[in-house]
Amino acid sequence: MSLESIIWLIPVPPLLAFFGILLLTFRNRGISHWTAITAAVLSWAASLYVLWQVLEIEHFAEHPITDSIPWLPTGVTWLNIGIYFDTLTAVTLFFVAWTILAIFVYSIGYHNYGQPEGEHDKPGLPPHGATVTDAHGHTKKVMSIEPMYARFFALIGLFAFGMYLLVVTDNLLILFVGWEIMGLCSYLLIGFWYSKISARDAMIKAFMTTRVGDVFMLLGIAYLYSATGSLTYQDTIYNPEVLAQLASAPAVWGIFGLSAAGLIGLLLFFGTIGKSAQWPLHVWLPDAMEGPTPVSAMIHAATMVSAGIYLIIRIFPLLSAGMEHGHLTPTMIVVAFIGTFTALFAATIAVAQKDIKRVLAYSTISQLGFMVAAVGIGAYVAAAFHLVTHAFFKALLFLDSGSVIHGVEHGVMYTDEHIDPQDMFNMGGLRKKMPITFWTFLIGGLALSGFPLVVAGFWSKDEIFADAFAHRYWAVFIALAIAAFLTAFYTGRQITLTFLGKARTRAAEHAHESSWVMTVPLIVLAFFTISVGWAGIPADFPLIGGLIPNWFHEFVGSSLLEHPEAVEFSFVPLLTSLIVALGGLTLGYLVYRKVEVDEPDPLAKVLGPVYTLLENKYYFDELYSYIFVRPAKWVSVSFSYYFLDRKVIDGLLHVVGMFVGIVGSFLRNYIDKPLVNGLGDFVGESTKKIGIQSRLIQSGRVQQYMIVGLATLAAFVVLIYYLVVGAR
Amino acid sequence: MIPLSWFLVFAAALFCIGLYGVLARKNAIAILMGIELMLNAVNVNLVAFWRYRAPEMIAGQAWAVMVFAVAAAEVAVGLALFISIYRQRKTIAADEINLMKW
Repeated sequence: MSLESIIWLIPVPPLLAFFGILLLTFRNRGISHWTAITAAVLSWAASLYVLWQVLEIEHFAEHPITDSIPWLPTGVTWLNIGIYFDTLTAVTLFFVAWTILAIFVYSIGYHNYGQPEGEHDKPGLPPHGATVTDAHGHTKKVMSIEPMYARFFALIGLFAFGMYLLVVTDNLLILFVGWEIMGLCSYLLIGFWYSKISARDAMIKAFMTTRVGDVFMLLGIAYLYSATGSLTYQDTIYNPEVLAQLASAPAVWGIFGLSAAGLIGLLLFFGTIGKSAQWPLHVWLPDAMEGPTPVSAMIHAATMVSAGIYLIIRIFPLLSAGMEHGHLTPTMIVVAFIGTFTALFAATIAVAQKDIKRVLAYSTISQLGFMVAAVGIGAYVAAAFHLVTHAFFKALLFLDSGSVIHGVEHGVMYTDEHIDPQDMFNMGGLRKKMPITFWTFLIGGLALSGFPLVVAGFWSKDEIFADAFAHRYWAVFIALAIAAFLTAFYTGRQITLTFLGKARTRAAEHAHESSWVMTVPLIVLAFFTISVGWAGIPADFPLIGGLIPNWFHEFVGSSLLEHPEAVEFSFVPLLTSLIVALGGLTLGYLVYRKVEVDEPDPLAKVLGPVYTLLENKYYFDELYSYIFVRPAKWVSVSFSYYFLDRKVIDGLLHVVGMFVGIVGSFLRNYIDKPLVNGLGDFVGESTKKIGIQSRLIQSGRVQQYMIVGLATLAAFVVLIYYLVVGAR
Repeated sequence: MIPLSWFLVFAAALFCIGLYGVLARKNAIAILMGIELMLNAVNVNLVAFWRYRAPEMIAGQAWAVMVFAVAAAEVAVGLALFISIYRQRKTIAADEINLMKW
């Protein structure tokens, strides 16, 4: 098979798995998960094979693999469906394939495959646990299997399909299709336990919020199509002539004095804001924690939010079109601002969260902010690098947190305590109970906080700092440095609260390590969390720089039309990075080292009302509830339903109905009944009367008939005789 | 030679006797006999007209023979029917056979 056809086929297996599970194998849990995992393995193998092959190709970056076929006739031209495989696709596919596979395997353990079914478990609710009796007659409570096990694997299969499709496609339209498939899947999976009110609200919130961004993105796509007549990457964003033309043409109605390229870029960037949960559309991502933990990992690392960053890196030429002498375009300034602001803003919220998954959710928003900011200041390669490393360590952290929750839930079942198994203040001391989870979490956490040298997160984050510093974007640099400090601080807090010290509840005392299907994916991801960083060590880094060539920069950077220069090495960003990472981690450890049972967060005492503000996420949910949700509800209930629908439309219909009723009863009483019915009845009744009278003739006596016949004959003879003879 | 009108009067009289028998008798067999009389009256007419009007042609005689044959067949069928009715209802009085009444 040619390389092209393999690329074409990469997204197909998960889609087939989705339909296969949903239509055929959904009754059998084992076959269902094997179907999904086989599909994931096939896509993974195809991705890695293609990746391996393209590394051999000389000048691959300048000549990406493309192929397309006409798909949708638009009257004059055709919209194509096709593949585009360049260096960015390659690195994205690398982490997508690995994380998806890891998450699929992990899900088997997370949903308690092989455990008994719970007595009170219902579809739409998390499993409550089952009571089993052992050989000695002792009953105990154990974890029970997810009631909608097969459905989960079908849905993540579709999710994976959406992401693969989005990554390998060669045009924005199909990208948008994959984008929306993921939107649907995130909706379905966040609300996987749909009987929980909170999950139901979260699913609607996620769908509606991302929809806001998607509408603008669709506008951007439409604008790009009307301006250039094409949506493929080759014809638009990687075509210097088209770019130059778009950059020099003013936008429609001259909005904000932007160029056409600027406006299109800005509109597409709104899609990223929604999908990658940037301020002000960040509110859905933390609530998306209502879904099962593998879904969180899927959304936060492998697919959804990475797709947003992938898009903005992909359209970078469009954003930077018209950039002269290193001055950022207006669109890039907006991007940089949103990214930087989000990075700092989300990091502050994460500091005051108690739910282990919520902390990670805000850290995702914050890290995505880093990437968006990097794109905004033109650090294209650094953004792509951080995207890859972040995907690995965030997938790892989420799966770890799932493992932790799983362990604590086990403890809750054992002790029958009524505590929230996700609250970090109910944990503590899990280091010894769950060693694999602890060590992998530690690696992920260090990567998140940018712990120097060992982990990948350091190299990618350092590259963003270096870029910001070298190009003198001080505001971005300082804000990101503070965000990074806070990141290190809340990571230290999280690790300390969860794993170190003593157990603060009996449930945490009885937590135990998860099964190997859950820990093996963790180890694999932990390996990549460390090793991926080696691909992007700057060449002039002290001591170890140059040992391994800075492969990532060469590889990804060369796909742009203008190759970005590797920034010169400077000690200032490196030292900053070291100080914030180590300082934050240490501070986090020191503050939370000795938290006792039922003790409030030590930070609350120091920060006071600010802590409350952070704990409540700056009241953004409440704000949006006041500005958007309540008016929308008011409009739908009071105006649309009670006034417009019940009063106006129903009223109109009632009047018409009444009028029709009057006309109808008039017609019935004065036309139909007397005339039409009367005539019908008259004919019928008369026939009946005549029949009653004349049937007496039918006596059954042959001789009478003959007499009648004879008399009739005689009468006719007389008549005819008179007629004939008389006429003469 | 006897004038034709004598034959016609005789035939008419015979026909009327047969007709009376058909209309007035109760016994089905008597009715059948009345029918025979009427048929034979017609035969007399046929033969008389043939002899007086067209003696050179055979059609009149032939038709008369045909009427005999049909009459014989009719009697056979009729008697068979009456026997069947008698077996069913123990009567052959015509006014009691009124199954076709309303």
